[in-house]
Amino acid sequence: MRADVAPLRVDAMSNSAGAPAARLVCAISDLVPGAGVGARLGETQVALFHLPEETPAVYAIGNHDPIGGANVLSRGIVGDLGGELVVASPLYKQHFSLVTGRCLEDDAVAVPVFRVLVSDGYVYLVP
Amino acid sequence: MQVVVVGNGMVGHHFVSRLRALDPHVGITVIGAEPRPAYDRVHLSELFAGRTPEDLALATLANYARIDVSVSLGTPVSAVDPAAATVTLEGGRSVRYDRLVLATGSYPFVPPVEGANAPGCFVYRTIEDLDQIRAAAAGARVGVVVGGGLLGLECASALRHLGLETHVVEFAPGLMTAQLDPGGSDMLRRRIEALDVRVHTDKVTERIRRGDGGRLCMAFADGGELAADLVVFSAGIRPNDRIAADAGIAVGPRGGIVVDEHGRTSAADVYAIGECALYDGRIFGLVAPGYRMAEAAAGHLAGRPAPFHGSDMSTKLKMLGVDVGAVGDGHGRAEGSLTYTFCDPKKQIYKRLNVSADGQSLLGAVLVGDCVDYDTLLQYYLNGLTLPEAPEALILPQVDGQVARALPAGALPDTATVCSCHNVSKGRIVAVVEGGCRTVADVRGETAASTGCGGCASLLKSVVETELAARGIELDRSLCEHFLFTRRELFHICQVEQLRTFDALLHRHGRGRGCDVCKPAVASILASLWNDYVLEPPHRGLQDTNDRFLANLQKDGTYSVVPRVPAGEITPEKLIVLGQVAKRYDLYTKITGGQRIDLFGAELHQLPTIWRELVDAGFETGHAYGKALRTVKSCVGNTWCRYGVQDSVGMAILIENRYKGLRSPHKLKLAVSGCTRECAEAQSKDVGVIATEHGWNLYVCGNGGMRPRHADLFATDLDDDTLIRYIDRFLMFYVRTADRLQRTSVWLENLEGGLDYLREVVIDDRLGIAAELETQMAHVVGTYRCEWKATLEDPERLRAFRPFVNGDDRDDGVVFVRERGQKRPATPAERLARISVRAVDAMAADTAAVDPAAVAEDVR
Ligand code: SRM
Ligand SMILES: Cc1cc2nc3c(=O)[nH]c(=O)nc-3n(C[C@H](O)[C@H](O)[C@H](O)COP(=O)(O)OP(=O)(O)OC[C@H]3O[C@@H](n4cnc5c(N)ncnc54)[C@H](O)[C@@H]3O)c2cc1C
Ligand code: SF4
Ligand code: FES
Repeated sequence: MRADVAPLRVDAMSNSAGAPAARLVCAISDLVPGAGVGARLGETQVALFHLPEETPAVYAIGNHDPIGGANVLSRGIVGDLGGELVVASPLYKQHFSLVTGRCLEDDAVAVPVFRVLVSDGYVYLVP
Repeated sequence: MQVVVVGNGMVGHHFVSRLRALDPHVGITVIGAEPRPAYDRVHLSELFAGRTPEDLALATLANYARIDVSVSLGTPVSAVDPAAATVTLEGGRSVRYDRLVLATGSYPFVPPVEGANAPGCFVYRTIEDLDQIRAAAAGARVGVVVGGGLLGLECASALRHLGLETHVVEFAPGLMTAQLDPGGSDMLRRRIEALDVRVHTDKVTERIRRGDGGRLCMAFADGGELAADLVVFSAGIRPNDRIAADAGIAVGPRGGIVVDEHGRTSAADVYAIGECALYDGRIFGLVAPGYRMAEAAAGHLAGRPAPFHGSDMSTKLKMLGVDVGAVGDGHGRAEGSLTYTFCDPKKQIYKRLNVSADGQSLLGAVLVGDCVDYDTLLQYYLNGLTLPEAPEALILPQVDGQVARALPAGALPDTATVCSCHNVSKGRIVAVVEGGCRTVADVRGETAASTGCGGCASLLKSVVETELAARGIELDRSLCEHFLFTRRELFHICQVEQLRTFDALLHRHGRGRGCDVCKPAVASILASLWNDYVLEPPHRGLQDTNDRFLANLQKDGTYSVVPRVPAGEITPEKLIVLGQVAKRYDLYTKITGGQRIDLFGAELHQLPTIWRELVDAGFETGHAYGKALRTVKSCVGNTWCRYGVQDSVGMAILIENRYKGLRSPHKLKLAVSGCTRECAEAQSKDVGVIATEHGWNLYVCGNGGMRPRHADLFATDLDDDTLIRYIDRFLMFYVRTADRLQRTSVWLENLEGGLDYLREVVIDDRLGIAAELETQMAHVVGTYRCEWKATLEDPERLRAFRPFVNGDDRDDGVVFVRERGQKRPATPAERLARISVRAVDAMAADTAAVDPAAVAEDVR
């Protein structure tokens, strides 16, 4: 596990107002360019996507597909629809925005979005 | 009012549906002599190519009941009494009518030959006739058809199909003399003889007697003899007009019930339609004119006249694989008419045009060996269009490219008939396009055009496309918002520009970033072309989850594992390994519909270890996850089966090993059967192979699934090498040209020129690409690697199978329960219960399954 050897610079990521500290997840080299991987944030499952040509280059949304009812969004195909970055659920192909978490096919459905910080080649998530 | 219809053939049936559509209340009674309701006689021969009588049915009793038509089948009408307005059935029952419609069709003419009704002699008209011929052919070697006309040749084709040495005996000097001039008839004969059918013309059969060993012996007027096991008479048809003649209704001098343009006979309230009717001194022995007569009579009865004024008898058909077309008068009988002929003895093509004396209009045409020009010529003929300055150009071969001379659809007048089976004019098509139809399929649904013989499909397509273009409506054929190209075009681009990655293609020819439609489609094109490992970094993100993890995603996020079991043959040792692996990982185990074994419920992180064990035991990936070759089903074949005639398992293994790993627009399923009993169900596959005494019959473009399609017979009696060569070309041509997620069945239905065109490309190499297709396939075959084996060799690749990048634990959202001795995914309710149980006694990461009953207890 690469994450174990990461330098401990987590404190630098929390702000002075004492907001929740960012948590180290992995090295950026652990991610798969152009695709997603699953990650743990405590009890929560997160889907992390690395799109090297975008700014920012890393996106994080909930891994749970609320329509298919399984933890699979990290295994979907990423791309864009009308310019909006999305992942397609591998189960029934609905698209979820990587930026807002909304489901493009169904306004009533959305997945959580997580703030991502990348520093010195490491990826941090803000719970 | 009570309408009685005598005869439930194709035309009688068409009359009933038409009359019911025009008048929902009129009483209709049908009396038919055959034991079953109307069926498609035109496609009768397909009973020998695997169709069943049910496939041919045009009507069912249930259907008639639903539209309130009473039906009596199996007993003929023996007498008509116009004065009493009754008909009498054989056996004595009589039925009263207000209007009577005779649709009794015709019967096969058997020439007055001594012994013509001996056992072993047949005719070719009904399902029962074909059953008898099939039974007689079982032990037979030589079959003879008496009659070299259209039906005789169709029958000869059927006998050959049944594996008989086939002879055609014709008393005239040539074949199909009714439609073809001597030149065309000659060429047809040469082509047919090349197919090993022996043709005897100028032969008058005098006698048929029992010869040696109980075989039949035909004796001819010229003293010659021919030994045969079965004889089929197909020497023309005669109208079934006896009951009319007996009742004093006018019939023609050579038979046929005389009718007017509304189908009325000489007796009040009596109509006749179809092949029993004589209009303007002619019998119309085709189904389309019969349908027009049925519409005329129904219209007249319902007070909506639709008079029949004769009908065009032009025909286009394929006889024993030979294209034959006859338009109008092929013989050039008209005074002063000019004749142009073209003959290519090497390619065995003959064409003739008969043109009016002033050179302005087409009177007739004959085409043998090449029918591409048929549609164009027919339109010139039917619509009296003015011929071009040099009419010979219409039949001369073109040096560069083909069909450029096809009449532009825009040049057709609105009255032009596009589909003659369903009488759909160009005007009607224009009207439905006006009314909102935007695709050929829409127009087909709206007008029924091209749902009969299918001969008008390409004309229909060009009319629809021309009309849409004229209205400025673009057919949007782009793959998705990122590529304004079809899959076929993208394939071509990647090939010509030697593009090997998605990014390169997107950069040059696309826009945006791609999506879940174009990425897997391009991944599949790249795999078909270059066959690189699909999880190579540039390709990995393009793959659907199934391809990315080389397994099939299930509803709960777990995967299934399907090792390849070529042809379904498996050793006990390997079967035991599958059992052991399934037990060790507690995988739900099921035999699939594709003759192999599926192991369900593997979690992402387990896939590599499971596959390690399988690969070590000699298994390879089954590509159940890919748009790729799935399975080649087999039957046990002649190794064990007492009926088998070839080694179907051996051939299926060879085929499966050859094409495994081939990526394609959609999945591919093949099968090989060891004899015509077809236990492997090859006729429902993309490629089906059925053993014959002499080799293999090849079927293509079948489909099970949501819209089943019976495969088409593509080529017969192939040897092993030719079979493989044709399959190579067929599959690669499909891979190149099909749309995304288009099975071979739908692809063929959308392929301009259809099955004939496909044969020209694959068998005759009309596009000159056969060698290239074979080379491309050889590349795919030569670069095959088991994807799982390749994945296991590289530890970097295995890291992708961790569910979490920052931890080695499993996905706790996956919950199983047990049922019938195996695990299955928990239902949402069961899962909730399970999670609350866990919360209560904190039994954390235990993967052991829970009993659903116990869980249910806990929820309460
Ligand atoms: C496992 C199996 C059912 C079984 O328990 O027997 C199966 C399972 C699935 N079939 Fe199938 N089909 C299976 C045999 C068939 C057959 C029978 C056959 O192959 O002889 C057919 C009809 C034949 C045909 O395809 O022409 C069949 C017609 C379909 C179709 C409809 C295809 C069509 O053209 O209409 C789909 C949907 C699709 O592909 O779009 C489908 C799709 C699927 C999918 C991939 C659906 C999905 O996305 O989850 C299933 C996943 C398979 C898995 O997880 O392993 N499956 N499926 C069979 C696997 C056979 C194998 O050994 O590989
Ligand atoms: C093998 C074959 C291939 C053909 N191919 C083509 C083709 O490619 N294109 C084409 O246009 N045409 C083709 N035809 C011709 C086409 O089938 C006929 O034109 C069409 O079937 C005529 O229909 P019909 O209803 O008039 O006669 P039929 O279909 O013969 O029906 C007449 C029915 O009336 C019944 N009947 C007769 N007498 C009585 C009675 N006294 N009482 C009760 N019932 C009675 C008969 O049993 C029969 O069922 C083909 C025919 C055959 C046999
Ligand atoms: S298809 Fe023929 S050879 Fe194969 S098992 Fe069935 S009967 Fe036997
Ligand atoms: S002409 Fe036969 S279907 Fe149109």
